[in-house]
Amino acid sequence: MSKVRVLVGTKKGAFILTADGKRQKWKVSGPHFAGWEMYHLKGSPVDPDRIYASQTSGWFGQVIQRSNDGGKTWVTPDGAPAPVPGEFPKGESNKFVYAGKVGTHKWYDGTQHPWEFKRIWHLEPSLTDPDTVYAGAEDAAIFKTVDGGKTWQELPGLRNAKGNLWQPGAGGMAVHTILLDPKNANRIYIAISAAGAFRTDNGGKTWKPINRGLKSQYELPDPDAEVGHCVHRIALHPSRPDVLFMQKHWDVMRTNSAGEQWTDVGGNLPSDFGFPIEVHAHEPETVFVVPIKSDSEHFPPEGKLRVYRSRTGGNEWKALTKGLPQKDCYVNVLRDAMAVDSLDECGVYFGTTGGQVYASADSGDTWNPIVRDLPAVYSVEVQTLR
Amino acid sequence: MIRVVLPYHLRNLARVDGEVQLEVASPATIGSVLDALEGSYPALRGTIRDHATQKRRPFVRFFACKEDLSHDPPESRLPDEVASGAEPFLIIGAMAGG
Repeated sequence: MSKVRVLVGTKKGAFILTADGKRQKWKVSGPHFAGWEMYHLKGSPVDPDRIYASQTSGWFGQVIQRSNDGGKTWVTPDGAPAPVPGEFPKGESNKFVYAGKVGTHKWYDGTQHPWEFKRIWHLEPSLTDPDTVYAGAEDAAIFKTVDGGKTWQELPGLRNAKGNLWQPGAGGMAVHTILLDPKNANRIYIAISAAGAFRTDNGGKTWKPINRGLKSQYELPDPDAEVGHCVHRIALHPSRPDVLFMQKHWDVMRTNSAGEQWTDVGGNLPSDFGFPIEVHAHEPETVFVVPIKSDSEHFPPEGKLRVYRSRTGGNEWKALTKGLPQKDCYVNVLRDAMAVDSLDECGVYFGTTGGQVYASADSGDTWNPIVRDLPAVYSVEVQTLR
Repeated sequence: MIRVVLPYHLRNLARVDGEVQLEVASPATIGSVLDALEGSYPALRGTIRDHATQKRRPFVRFFACKEDLSHDPPESRLPDEVASGAEPFLIIGAMAGG
């Protein structure tokens, strides 16, 4: 019997929600790491009981946690005392230090400002090795571990992709999305708020901006600006990794060329501002977004929480409302807070800043809240367990 | 034997209840106590002092004998009462938002 495990990161802890394949009765475990900001949790595709979590705090900084038993117990990967008395332990699983000369990026006043590590927004486990994980950092950088999270090294080539021109937005400057190409182990896509989308074709040694076709007319009057676009999220279907979908600050976009050229596919959406975007597990042309009224009012248009689904790869969108609040709803859905499972009838999940996690077991046609009163939800990931 | 009181979240992270007791060579300083603490509980590395700069994190404070030692340099000797174990060295999460 298949099961699903939903990993929820919130402002004050992590929660693990489990159900059988019917996805009707849910068991809630947590809070794990109560009181800490849990930016993201994600399991290894090759060992689903291996889960990595980003635990962070304005007081105590960044901690990486790892579970080897599906979230029942957790360890800091390099947290054991030194085996030899007198030897100083490395304790480096929480150590994220930029490689080489720290360098600078553009600051709000136009001057240059040094990179300062703040936290890990996103963890992306390798598709083939449970000990290898990529981590997206604020200030924007990508780190990699090959020893199960004990030590982390930056892939500094990313910051060489015009990093001196990147500028933080109101939410900071973070690598918030990491997509691994399942057909090409050397290709990785990442996205950074207020910098744009980037791609490597050599395993992270060098990166290039892939933002042609994006328009940010007020912030970036230069229509050919290579960086500086506020990309909120990108997504792909594993069967067709050259096709990407993007929710930008404004605009929903699509590329058929691995990011070489983007086109607007917002079509009939009531607002093309939003944060998450996801692709159906079995239908590469079926895409989900959650329109948000504007960047000034981070809540749904008309107080109606609606997921929009396109079955045509964009442009034509249908509102999915059954089971979602259609009056007086003023929550937001953050960029990492939507995911799909891969059961035969694709399940779709999203969490809100109001602490609800909604699930649909029928590709978005109907929705039910799994839980209603968690802290603000930062991230939602789903594991399909067979 | 130096006694160290950790804030709630760091006790959880270190998986300890109550005070931590550390053997620290004399003369005990703020820096040597933190070295010994991180040596015994590596999960705390980076949570009190920044990994790269080794500076105290902004919202972590140090107290002992009703004195705020947060701005004292790491090589500062701790009061005799702390060095003897009569009084604890307090690591506090500052009251600041959240």
